[in-house]
Order: sequence, then C-alpha cells, then structure tokens
Amino acid sequence: MNASSQHSSMWSGAWALAWRELIRFFRQRTRVIGAIGQPVIFWVLFGAGLGRSFQPPEWASGLSQPLTYQEYFFPGVAVLIVMFTAIFSTISIIEDRREGFLQGVLAAPVPRSVIVLGKVLGGTVLAVVQASIFLLVGPLLSYVGLSPGLQIALNPLPAILAALFLTLIAVELTGLGFLIAWPMNSTQGFHAIMSVFLMPMWLLSGAFFPGGGEDWLSWIIRLNPLTYGVAGLRRLLYSGTLPVTDSLPSMSACVGVTVGFSVVICLICVRLVSRPMTHNVT
Amino acid sequence: MSDICISAASVSHSYDAATALTDVDLEVPRGSLFGLLGPNGSGKTTLFRLFATLLPLQAGSIKICGSDLQEDPAAIRRMLGVTFQSPAVDVRLTVVENLQCHGRIYGLPRGTLVKRIDELLEQFSLSDRRKSIVGELSGGLRRRVELAKGLLHRPEVLLLDEPSTGLDPAARRQFWDMIHEQQQKEGTTVVLTTHLMQEAECCAHLILMDKGQIVSQGSPQTLQASIDGDRLSIRTRDSVELKAELESLLRVKARDVGSRLCFRVPDGAAALQHVMSTCGDQILSAEVASPSLEDVFLEVTGHGFEDNVAHGAVFPGEAAS
Repeated sequence: MNASSQHSSMWSGAWALAWRELIRFFRQRTRVIGAIGQPVIFWVLFGAGLGRSFQPPEWASGLSQPLTYQEYFFPGVAVLIVMFTAIFSTISIIEDRREGFLQGVLAAPVPRSVIVLGKVLGGTVLAVVQASIFLLVGPLLSYVGLSPGLQIALNPLPAILAALFLTLIAVELTGLGFLIAWPMNSTQGFHAIMSVFLMPMWLLSGAFFPGGGEDWLSWIIRLNPLTYGVAGLRRLLYSGTLPVTDSLPSMSACVGVTVGFSVVICLICVRLVSRPMTHNVT
Repeated sequence: MSDICISAASVSHSYDAATALTDVDLEVPRGSLFGLLGPNGSGKTTLFRLFATLLPLQAGSIKICGSDLQEDPAAIRRMLGVTFQSPAVDVRLTVVENLQCHGRIYGLPRGTLVKRIDELLEQFSLSDRRKSIVGELSGGLRRRVELAKGLLHRPEVLLLDEPSTGLDPAARRQFWDMIHEQQQKEGTTVVLTTHLMQEAECCAHLILMDKGQIVSQGSPQTLQASIDGDRLSIRTRDSVELKAELESLLRVKARDVGSRLCFRVPDGAAALQHVMSTCGDQILSAEVASPSLEDVFLEVTGHGFEDNVAHGAVFPGEAAS
C-alpha cells in the first residue's frame, strides 16, 4: 500500500470511529441531557443566586451597559458544555477497551493514531454542536425571565468565528480527556481525575468568577491554558472591544495558547497510543 | 506461493516475571483448519495475540503469508481476520453499522463494502437482522456478526480465540458449520485457540500446548492413535471407597473426571468384564472408549487438563472469561 492510500484509509478509519461516536451519543438520551442540561441549570441558578454579589471585573467598565453575572458566566457555560462532552466521549475509551471493541481497531491495518483522530473528531463535533445550541438558545431564556437581556452580537461573522474557536477548545479538551482516559482501567478512576483536575481547571479559567484577589489565584488562572479558551470566546461573543488586562488576555494570545496546547496534547496522545500496552487486550 | 501460511521459530514471550511461551516453533499449512489446544495458562492466547500483532514480539520470529511480523505488521494485519474471545462488536450499533464501521477502518471502498456486507449477511443468515442492535441479539447471533466482521475484507487467515465461549450446543454447531464452509469454499486458513476437546476434534491439525510449550502435534486422529489401549470410565455409588479397590484390581491409577473414574487400560473389554464380575453391584455405569485428546494430553504432560488452573498458573489477562 502506498503512502497516499494509507493516508486515505487513515482518514476513512478516523471518520468511521467519529461516526460511531455520534451514533452512540444520540442513542443514549441521558448523555444528551447530562452534557447540555447541567450547564444550563448551572447558568440559570448561579446567575440568579450570585447575580447580586457579583463585582464586574475592571475590563467590563468599557461596556455600554453594566455586565451582569449571567452575561459574565455565559461563555464559561459554553466551555463547560464542551468539557462535559469531551469527558463523556473520552471516558468511552475505557468502555471500548473493556467491551473488546478497541482490540478490533488495534488489529486493523491502520496506524493507531486513528484512535486519537476518531475520538477527537467525534468528541469535537458533538461538543461544538451542543455548545452552539446553548449559545443560540441561551439568550432566548431572557424572554421567559430566566436570564437578563445579553449584550451579545448575533451577527453571522462573529457567530462563525465563535464556532471555529469553540472547535479549537473542543479539540483541546477532547485531547486532554483522551490523555487521561487512555492509561486508565476503570471509569471510577476517570471520575476521580475529573473532580480533582478537570472541574478545578474549569473553575479557575475565569469561566465562573473573574481573577483578582489573592496573588496565587491570579497566577493559577494566568497559567491555566483553559483561561485563554474562555477569554477568547468571551471576546468573540461580547459586542464592542474589550481592553487587554491580566484576567482577559488578548485575542492573539488566546488563539496562540489554545492552538499550541491542542497540538501538544494531540501529539502526546498519538505517541501514547503507538506504544503497545498489555492492558489493551482483554 | 508457499504452502506454509504461518511459521513461527523460537518464539518466547513473558509478562513481567511470568513466562508465557518458551521456544515455540510451528508451521500452519495454507488453507488448513489449525487448532491450538491447551488449558488456561498454557500460552495459546499469548501466541494468538502475537499472531494478531497485538503484542510486541519479544524473541524469535513469526512469518505470516510471507511477511515478517517484526518488519511489516501492517501488511500482516491486512491479511488477518481476527475474532476475539470477548466480542469486538459495538453493542450499541446495529449489525450493519458494525460492519460498515469495520469496513471503513479497513479502508474498503464504499461500493465493495455495500456488496460485501450483503454477501456476508446472506452467508451467515443475518439478512433479517441487519437493523437489529447488536446488544439485543443472542450470543450465537452476536458471534456470527463478529465472524462476518472478521471476514469483511476477505482475509487469507482467520484467527479465532476460543470461538465457542458462551455458545449453547446448537449455536456452537451452527458456528462450526460456518467456519467449515468458509474454509472449504474460500480456502481461508483458520487458526483457533481452544480448551474444549470437542472443538479441537473438528480441527485438521492440532497443537497441544502446556506451560508455554508445544507438547505434541498432529491430526486429532494421529494424536489419539499415538497412545495404546483403551479408556475405561466408571461411575460408582461411592467413588471414594471403590477407587482404591478398582486401582488395585486394574493395576493403574484412577483419574477423577467429574463424577467418574477414568482408567487407561490395555484391553478395555477385558478390564470391563473383570470389574463387572468383581464389584458390578456398586457400579452405576461403565464405558469403554478409545483414548481421547484429554488422554493424549495426560500421557504427554503427566497431568490432567484442568490441573493447571488449580495451581494458579494463569497468565495476566489469560484467565477464562
């Protein structure tokens, strides 16, 4: 087989795995509810509960109207949906291994990187679709009194850019999920990592509250790669130009860090799957 | 084209400290139905995984259809159809979706794939199940989907790991008929691992494995003919008490097989007569048969087929599921 046909079989393999991911997702209704329902409930409840005690960050002073908490939280919820979807689709690697599906792929004449490619592709499509639905439907909740009116630009160009940027975040988080799930033997282990690592990563990304206050906290937020994802999405969603501050990096920094981190994560995943491991076979 | 499909020379493998295979040499003739028979922990599944390119080759060399496993595993994977002990089908997908997914991973062009799926569904009597979710199928049907999946890309070699695990006798018979048909019609070389004697008897060529080594090989008939005498199995009212008596009567050690006592005797009919005339009233049933593969195993290894498991000699991941 020559290089180009190997290349094409790799892509067709990756698509096959991604397609399988989509079918599996839509056959499990509870997953749809889990990935999109919980963030929406968070958004409405936290928005209503924390709204009054919210201090808008310094960069918000340039906005035409004062920033409400729900508006502040809005991009963070979209990123949370992406994170949940990424977690749910990568956790299935552990099931695939246990159920035996994975060994069938490992015995196929395709490079093992198709496993990474298929998972990331499938997870990303699911995450972007769900987060986009939230971004479109979220502002409508203001009509039923569940959220305040949002200062959000609903023009085609920012919407396309926001969807593209969401895709980057989805690749980053699905890759990260893959990296965590691949060496694991049990889904319980993954849940533990989710509580002590992934959720704090999201909490400390400026998604839930702005930085400031303690110095160490600002540093964690600044070093957290997801901060750049949330900030980038924030910049694309809000109408008007926002200043660059410590807690709100510039758009180029957001794109740079998110792309860089995604590439590094995916490369590590590819290296990881290429190593033969005994626990892959059941 | 050579008549040897798979050849292994001095293959050894170990998991951490446990040795799974020691110096295994074998040749699988093209188009044959080849069985690796051994108890759990005998190394047959390790050998299967090496053939399936799922484990790195640590020592020795393996050639499959002329390609070296170390140098060109990708070429080998294209020629292999693999059916695992734990099914590698997705239980949430339908029969057709499973086959489509597998075909795309193997890079089959769309037209070929559609045609091939129809052919295989027909061949395995699954046509009316094409839209069924695999998780809702019976174990026998699921195995057939698995087999169809393994044959989708027309492999030259079909590797099966414990193919009858979890199948009822009727499903097992059907499954075997399908394997035979595939082997005879398409000339596919079939290599399977098994710990079931009835399954091993269906193979044209057998390798008996124990503790990571090949202890004997040949056709089931040759293997059975290689040991003399008969096997006398006796069911008694009280096997504990009668065991010693029968042993001294027949001058051979008894072997407990389930609720029966088995004896290897030079002349079965004479031994049976002798036993019946001495203590016939305590015997529920008695049977004389020519030696089974189990007897062959006992003869060459000095221990019974199930003994290994009791000693805990099971390698990681190789326990029967």
